[in-house]
Amino acid sequence: MSEIDVRLRDVTKRFGEFVAVDDISLEIPRGSFFAMLGPSGCGKTTTLRMIGGFEEPTAGTVLLGDQDVSDLPPYKRDVNTVFQSYALFPHLSIADNVGFGLREHGVPKAERTARVGEALELVDLTGYDTRKPRQLSGGQQQRVALARALVNRPRVLLLDEPLGALDLKLRRQMQLELKRIQQEVGITFVHVTHDQEEAMTMADQIAVMNEGRIEQLGGPTELYERPGTAFVAGFLGVSNLIAGRLDGTDVVTADGTRLAVAAGALGGRTGAVRLGIRPEKIRVADGDAPAGAALVGTVREYAYVGVATQYVVDTPAGEIQVFHQNATPGVQVAQPGTRVTLTWDPQATFLVEGETE
Amino acid sequence: MGYLRRHPRAVPYLLIAPGLAWLAVLFVVPLYYLVTTSLQSGDIYEGFRLTWQWSNYGDMLSQYRPQLVRSALYAAIATVAALLIAYPIVYFIARRGGQWKSLLLVLLVAPFFVTYLIRTIAWQTILADEGLVVGVLRDVHILAPDGRLLATSFAVVAGITYNYFPFMALPLYVALEQLDGRLLEASSDLYANSVRSFLRVTLPISLPGVFAGTLTTFIPAMGDFVNAQLLGTPKQYMIGNVIQSKFLVIVDYPLASAGAVILMVLILVGVAIYARALGAERLTG
Ligand SMILES: Nc1ncnc2c1ncn2[C@@H]1O[C@H](COP(=O)(O)OP(=O)(O)O)[C@@H](O)[C@H]1O
Ligand SMILES: [Mg+2]
Repeated sequence: MSEIDVRLRDVTKRFGEFVAVDDISLEIPRGSFFAMLGPSGCGKTTTLRMIGGFEEPTAGTVLLGDQDVSDLPPYKRDVNTVFQSYALFPHLSIADNVGFGLREHGVPKAERTARVGEALELVDLTGYDTRKPRQLSGGQQQRVALARALVNRPRVLLLDEPLGALDLKLRRQMQLELKRIQQEVGITFVHVTHDQEEAMTMADQIAVMNEGRIEQLGGPTELYERPGTAFVAGFLGVSNLIAGRLDGTDVVTADGTRLAVAAGALGGRTGAVRLGIRPEKIRVADGDAPAGAALVGTVREYAYVGVATQYVVDTPAGEIQVFHQNATPGVQVAQPGTRVTLTWDPQATFLVEGETE
Repeated sequence: MGYLRRHPRAVPYLLIAPGLAWLAVLFVVPLYYLVTTSLQSGDIYEGFRLTWQWSNYGDMLSQYRPQLVRSALYAAIATVAALLIAYPIVYFIARRGGQWKSLLLVLLVAPFFVTYLIRTIAWQTILADEGLVVGVLRDVHILAPDGRLLATSFAVVAGITYNYFPFMALPLYVALEQLDGRLLEASSDLYANSVRSFLRVTLPISLPGVFAGTLTTFIPAMGDFVNAQLLGTPKQYMIGNVIQSKFLVIVDYPLASAGAVILMVLILVGVAIYARALGAERLTG
């Protein structure tokens, strides 16, 4: 059992009437790379700012380790932030920016210089000590912001969309870089992003947030393979959701088709549910298929994209998207109007809540 | 257009030409007349002639040294006082004013919509011997029973401080208003409490505003004569009073011009030293 670095207990944040963060509880283990993922406005930044001390929770407690820090100002918390805007001090050199926190902590000059040098080396900016922030590119400024936070060796490092301002290529590169640095220093990272791919690439644990709540918390594969809600299923990749009623271990659709559910996916649900199946788990076949894991339908449209062909198939259970890997030579594309049978392994299915009217 | 296309390097010079013409007409030409007048001799009845009368400068410097020193001293004290008063007020308006910012700023400078002269005369009334301020100060024994405010150095410096207050406040406001609040969050994140954040972030970033404010206050204050005339006595007279009376009362243009040139050179030298000390390259670069 590893130690917990950050604990939120029933944390709520209201701005006037508006509930930005709605009764969140979570625990972030020491040394993990933790991502908060969700659409814009779902309360990620506000949650992060409550951990950093820039916002006070309306209700609930924030703990760092075993210490309740809910009432502590930022400068008394053993936490550092990499701001989305970087917020580098324009009047200070890169070295003084990075050494800012060490100086406030009264670290002697010699040690400070050494640690600043190490931090700049870690982010590959050796030799930039005397420059001013405005003389650096966006990517370099981002790395200075990272070094300025890391050099203090805080208990937790908070990153608010740190790569948001970078172009795609640099962002991909920095994702791997950040992951490497996190493994190297072993500090707990809490990383906020609205980019699901970024969260999946980097994080050990992801909290998917929506409208101020945590929809689901888990590892990347768990969230992708077994999303617990329709929101998560749709936010992380693409899902087909087939409405029906649960009958034993089968979902029965409105037209009477029975579809088997993976035993591990039942999760104690009953009544109206939706069965989920990812487009790339579906095979397009002709001829018969095992009962309970097949739908027959008509191809409505397709898009050939080289590595794969995407189909939209009309079935009695609704519209199904299929992502067919073109793994064999001489691909035959099923033309619109063709009758096809769609099959899958029941182990690939998951259940989410039924449609609410 | 053909000319410009063939000589693209001429473009900046053409663009700067109107500005240069302006400078020539309104600065270089008057300066030329000022300097030549300062080297003339004669009097208003016989007329003045250029005789390279360098002694005008010597006379000015030896006769009116007290006024020169006083000008520098009063202007410096008033500038520091205006800075110390304006900074906290403007800081509050710019950083904490919220939706009231513009209104508070207008209120701050509203008194200055009244003309300079009237404002200074109003101070005569405020500081008068029979006035409320002197009465109270005498009652609490800060002033002796026959102590005065009007006609003292204090009154003149206070008047200068007050009259040039907006010249200090507005550049400070611009500097403090532009300060990115996220930088203060960052310094707070890096263990600096609000005092440390002020010293390490707010103050250094607002230094260009301090620099601009002190210059725009000090320079006109140095040449001021109205405050000394209305709130002081000849014992408080500044170099501005000397120049004014030489020009308009005694009508000794060469000596008045020499005084004006000396004042200008003193200010230029002072500003240069000040800019060096504060590191103007750092402030503007
Ligand atoms: N200081 C504030 N005052 C009022 N509303 C705020 C404030 N900060 C954030 N909000 C609101 O709270 C919601 C969540 O904001 P935020 O945490 O920034 O979302 P995210 O980072 O996930 O995009 C948004 O709707 C935002 O408008
Ligand atoms: Mg945000």
